[in-house]
Amino acid sequence: MDLFEYQGKQFFASYGMPVSEGALAMTVEEAVGAAERLGTPVMVKAQVHTGGRGKAGGVKFAATVDDVRTHAQNILGLDIRGHVVKRLWIEVASDISEEYYASFTLDRSAKMHLGMLSAEGGVEIETVAEQNPEAISKVWIDPVEGLTEGAAREWVAGANLNPDANEGTVDVLQKLYIAYVEGDADLCEINPLILTPDKRVHVLDAKVTLDGNSTFRHPDYAEFEETQERDEREEAAYAAGLQYVGLEGSVGVIANGAGLAMSTVDVINQVGGRPANFLDIGGGANADVMAGAMTVINNDPNVKSIFINIFGGITRGEEVANGIIEAMARVDIDSPIVVRLDGTNAVEGRTLLKPHLSDKLMMADTMLEAARVSVELAQ
Amino acid sequence: MSIFVDENTKVVYQGLTGSQGRYYGLLNREYGTQVVAGTNPKKAGTDIDGIPVYASVGDAVEATGATASCIFIPAPGVQGAVLEAAEAGIEFIVAITEGVPAHDEAWFYNKLCRDYPGTQLLGPNCPGIISPGQCNIGITAGHIAKPGGPVGIVSRSGTLTYQALYELQQKDIGVTTCVGIGGDPVPGTSFIDCLAAFEDDPETKAVMMIGEIGGSAEEEAADFIKSNMSKPVSSYIAGVTAPPGKKMGHAGAIVSGGQGTAQAKMDALRAAGVRVGLNPTEAGDLMAEIVAEL
Repeated sequence: MDLFEYQGKQFFASYGMPVSEGALAMTVEEAVGAAERLGTPVMVKAQVHTGGRGKAGGVKFAATVDDVRTHAQNILGLDIRGHVVKRLWIEVASDISEEYYASFTLDRSAKMHLGMLSAEGGVEIETVAEQNPEAISKVWIDPVEGLTEGAAREWVAGANLNPDANEGTVDVLQKLYIAYVEGDADLCEINPLILTPDKRVHVLDAKVTLDGNSTFRHPDYAEFEETQERDEREEAAYAAGLQYVGLEGSVGVIANGAGLAMSTVDVINQVGGRPANFLDIGGGANADVMAGAMTVINNDPNVKSIFINIFGGITRGEEVANGIIEAMARVDIDSPIVVRLDGTNAVEGRTLLKPHLSDKLMMADTMLEAARVSVELAQ
Repeated sequence: MSIFVDENTKVVYQGLTGSQGRYYGLLNREYGTQVVAGTNPKKAGTDIDGIPVYASVGDAVEATGATASCIFIPAPGVQGAVLEAAEAGIEFIVAITEGVPAHDEAWFYNKLCRDYPGTQLLGPNCPGIISPGQCNIGITAGHIAKPGGPVGIVSRSGTLTYQALYELQQKDIGVTTCVGIGGDPVPGTSFIDCLAAFEDDPETKAVMMIGEIGGSAEEEAADFIKSNMSKPVSSYIAGVTAPPGKKMGHAGAIVSGGQGTAQAKMDALRAAGVRVGLNPTEAGDLMAEIVAEL
């Protein structure tokens, strides 16, 4: 779950980190109003879930309210790496002496949290990591122990920041770590973290990804769920509680488990077809989930055939079969369906499907065969 | 022979009284697993179809001598359940539950390493482990696994674990143990843990490894295979054709930049002498070739 910059800053501010005053604007008039309230100069910043905003012209300095109007007009509706700008963050401009990079994320290899700090901020950290890896000071944190003040100091000292920034950075990083842990974040990144001419350490950007699995202890994250960027198909799938990623092809995919769904996408490609989507109905999917999945796929105009690939573990074959039958009764599914069903209660499931087989509903014995048939049907 | 679990393994089911726990607990018992106990603090003294329910894992261990546990507790309770099992001296914990927060996983993984080095965790978000004909802990359909060996399976994806078992069964190839390590960010048991155990198991002659895009676990496994394994390995990596930057369903499967791509993983495995198939069927065919050469 990705946060917009302004949401990330509000999140950081709630942990006591210094962020700039600002306001959200959905229209040019709101942007102008915000600038009048805040007082110029301000920054006009596109709010999208992607990097490279500055290069794409999505972040502009505005010395006057008229500038704000011009920039807001230009940035709203701008396409940045496939993300259309619908919101602006208008923020009091800061004077910058130096730009740093700071982040926490999970190091899956080390199975510990990883803090990264660099005096070379303001650019993509991947570039720094590639060209000048020594410029990144790293600290690995055992989650049981947490980030001690001593470890934070040592880490900051290793980054060779301007000495004036050290105290303020230690303070921000300790707060950032608490936000990262208490907030169940996958990523908390500040780029840039700045030192101002009057020697304050200040958060100038915020990139936060929250763990969608943690919402049971963060009921307030529902508001972030609402603002996730999804295309129409993804929105419908989200509403139905499905793991869906839209792709460009014509074979609709429904599978249980991320691995099998990815493998289904692979196999369709390998036999010469193009998948229309990735859709994982998850473990224990029942008839309602299957019916919802089929409806979502059916609404995609690119879909010419549907490949349902189920290997039952926690998902039971007869429930899958009932779901397919029910969905076909409830909704007029336009494309022919090819089902491959194995695993838990597969025999029961296949028996249930048999009386319903037609040129709209077929069964195949293997994954490869089902892929070939559904690709042929899509052509 | 098998790794981690066999016909003597006594298992306590944490969450046996819930609908999933009950369903799979009874299925596992039917398979032959020694399902000796369940836990539920509110239902101590009752039973599920003859399986006694205790208030805690500690009580269950004392009464039954269980050495393994299987967790079917909902995600918010998994951290507590893992800790409870470790404190009770359980040696092998299988956590089936999906949707556990990554911070919880990182926390209890390190907690076990630090305070309970005698406890091994499998999962969370995994299908479990099956030593065909001996013991099935988790949600794998037992009938798709042919007992006996000579192949060991380790897989990061649940449903592809079944697919791998099924491919081998279709070719009449037996399996010593099949371990589904799960696709979450911090799996309790890694590819390397399983590869090392298979290398030491005299009955296992070859290993099939199923990976997926994201992270670097497959690359680390490739390094291990290169320097530490004498037994042949076949492999399949799911997500060969996944577009970069798209998160495919769960935390384990995301590609960012050039890192963690299927191509990078396949290259690393091939360089380590692994025979890599482009789909599960092909990986099964390659394993059949390996078995024929044994």
